[in-house]
Amino acid sequence: MAITTEPVTINLGPQHPSTHGVFRLRVTFDGEEVVDVEPVFGYLHRGTEKLAESRSYVQIVTLTDRLDYTASMSNNLAYVRAVEKLAGIEVPERAMYLRVITAELQRIASHLMATGFLLNDLGAFATPLMYCFRERERILDMFEMLCGARITLSYMRPGGVFQDAPAEFWPALDTFLVETPGYLDDLENLITGNEIVLARTRGVGILGDELAIATSVTGPMLRASGVQWDLRKADPYEVYDRLEFDIPIGVAGDTFDRYLVRILEMRESLKIIEQCVDQIPRGPIKPDLPFNLRPPEGDAYAAVEGPKGELGFYLVSDRGIAPYRCKIRAPSFINLTPLKEMVVGWKVGDLIVIFGSVDVVLGEVDR
Amino acid sequence: MYGIGLLKGLAVTMRNMVSPGRQFTLHQYPDRRVGLLGLAKQANTNLVSYVLREPAMAAKSLIGLATVKDRMPQHPRFRGEEFVWYEERCTGCASCAKYCPLGIIEIVTHPSGDAMQEGEKYAIDVFDIDIGRCMFCGLCVEACPYDAIHMGSGFEESTYVREELVIDVDRLRSAPKRPSTWFRPQLEGKGYQPLDGQEVSWKDVGRHQMPDDSELEDRWAKR
Repeated sequence: MAITTEPVTINLGPQHPSTHGVFRLRVTFDGEEVVDVEPVFGYLHRGTEKLAESRSYVQIVTLTDRLDYTASMSNNLAYVRAVEKLAGIEVPERAMYLRVITAELQRIASHLMATGFLLNDLGAFATPLMYCFRERERILDMFEMLCGARITLSYMRPGGVFQDAPAEFWPALDTFLVETPGYLDDLENLITGNEIVLARTRGVGILGDELAIATSVTGPMLRASGVQWDLRKADPYEVYDRLEFDIPIGVAGDTFDRYLVRILEMRESLKIIEQCVDQIPRGPIKPDLPFNLRPPEGDAYAAVEGPKGELGFYLVSDRGIAPYRCKIRAPSFINLTPLKEMVVGWKVGDLIVIFGSVDVVLGEVDR
Repeated sequence: MYGIGLLKGLAVTMRNMVSPGRQFTLHQYPDRRVGLLGLAKQANTNLVSYVLREPAMAAKSLIGLATVKDRMPQHPRFRGEEFVWYEERCTGCASCAKYCPLGIIEIVTHPSGDAMQEGEKYAIDVFDIDIGRCMFCGLCVEACPYDAIHMGSGFEESTYVREELVIDVDRLRSAPKRPSTWFRPQLEGKGYQPLDGQEVSWKDVGRHQMPDDSELEDRWAKR
C-alpha cells in the first residue's frame, strides 16, 4: 500500500461525564483501538498539602474531608491517626470502635458509588446507580445523625471523635445491618450474572499481580489482581485485630474481579460493623486535649486501608501549632499508575470501563 | 442458558418497582402538589370539614394549585445556616474567629465596663460571619468556651448578591434562637428539636447551670 495511516490523538476530558470529575486523558487511537494513553491532571488542584501548613492540627480535619469526597470518614481517620502518632495521644476504646464503625460504613458507601458508576460507564444508565445511591443514602442519613453533615463530615478529632453517637443512631444502624445483605443480593442478581456485563468486563483490562505490586497499586484493585494485602490485616490499626473478617481476592485481575471484590468487601464490612456493635464498650470518646496541639518535634506516617487503597498522611512537626509539612499518599493517584498498561490494545468503550473500575476520585488525585 | 442473567436482573427491577418496601422515596422539594384528600390529611381532618373550614384552599386544590411543604427528615445535629448567637453569653473573646479555618468571622469589641471578672465581658461592635465562604465545619461552635454561638438548621438562605450572605450583628441578634444540637450535648438530652419551632433561652443552652447573681458575687469576693 502506498498510502499510510497514522494514529489520531484525542482529548478525553476534562469535561467528560465518564472521567469521574475533571480528569483528562490524552488518548492516541488507531481507529477505535487505544495505542497510547497519557493522563493529565491538576484541574482540581487546591494545594491541600500547602494549606495544611498554615492551619492548626484540628483545622486540617476539615481539609481532609475534601480530598476523597466520597469517603470523608476514612480520610479523617487516616489524618487523625497520623496526628495521634505524632503527638503520642491515647485514644479511648469507645472512640476507636466508633471510628471503625463509621469508617466501614464509609467504605460501603464508597464501594456502592464505585459500583454504580462502573455500571453507568458500562451503559447501564442510571438504574443500577440509583439502586446503589438508595443504599448510600441510608448511610449518609446515619452520618447526618452522627455529625450533622452528609459529605463533609469532620467527625473525627485527634484523640477521638467529636461527640458520641446519638440514641437514634443505634436502631438505625441495626436496621441497616439487617436489610443491607438483601439489598446487596439484589444488586448482585442485577449485575453479577448479567451476560452483557460479563461480556464487557470479563478479561477486560487485566492487571497482573506482578505489575500491580510493581506500580504500588493498593486497595480493591490490588486484591482483584490476587494479592492478599490489606492494611487492616497486615498492620492492624484501631481495633481491627480484635475483629474477624476475610480479605476477598480476585483471580484474574480484570474489570469484573475489581467489581466483585468491592461487592464482597461490602459484605465483609457489614460483618465488621456487626462485631463492633456487639463489642463497643461504654466510656469516654475523647481525651481532654487543648484545641491547639503542639506535638513534639519529629515526623509520623500513619496509613489506613481506605476504600480506594492505602491512604496515608505523613506529618512533620516543628513544635508549632501547624505541621511543618503534610504529605498525603493518595490511593486514587497512585492507582492510576498502571492505567496505560491496562488500556492499551482495548477499544474506546473498554477504556471508559477500565478507567471506571479503577475508581478514582479527582479530589484525591489532584489534592 | 444465555439470557438467564438478564431475566434475573429484570426480576429485580420489577420487584423493586412493585413492592412498597423497596420503592424510592420521592420528594418534591420544596413543595408537593396535593389534591383535596391530601390537604385534608395534612390538616388532620376529614374531607367534609376541611371543605367547610377552608373553602378557598379546597377550590385551589380542585384546579391543581394547592401545595404542601415536602421536606426530608432532618436530624437535630444538622449543621446549617442561621447561626444562633446569644449576646448575653458572649464575652467577645473572639475564640470563634481564631479557630475558624477560613477566617470568615470578624469581631470588633470595646470594654463594656460590666462583669469585670469571670469571663470579662466586652461589648460587641462588629460580629460579621461571611456564610458565603463558610463551610459549616462547626469549629467555631466547638471553640466557644461560653456556649454563645451555635449552628443553625437552615439551608435555604440563597441570595442573588454575595453581600447579603454576610451576617452582621443585628441579624445575629434578631435571628430565631433555634440552635442545632451539634456539639451541644446539653440540648440533646431534652428531646429538643430545632425544627419544631420552639426557641431556647440563653439560660438553657449552657453546658453548665448558670450561677445566679448572689452566687457570682460570692465567688468574685473570694478573689
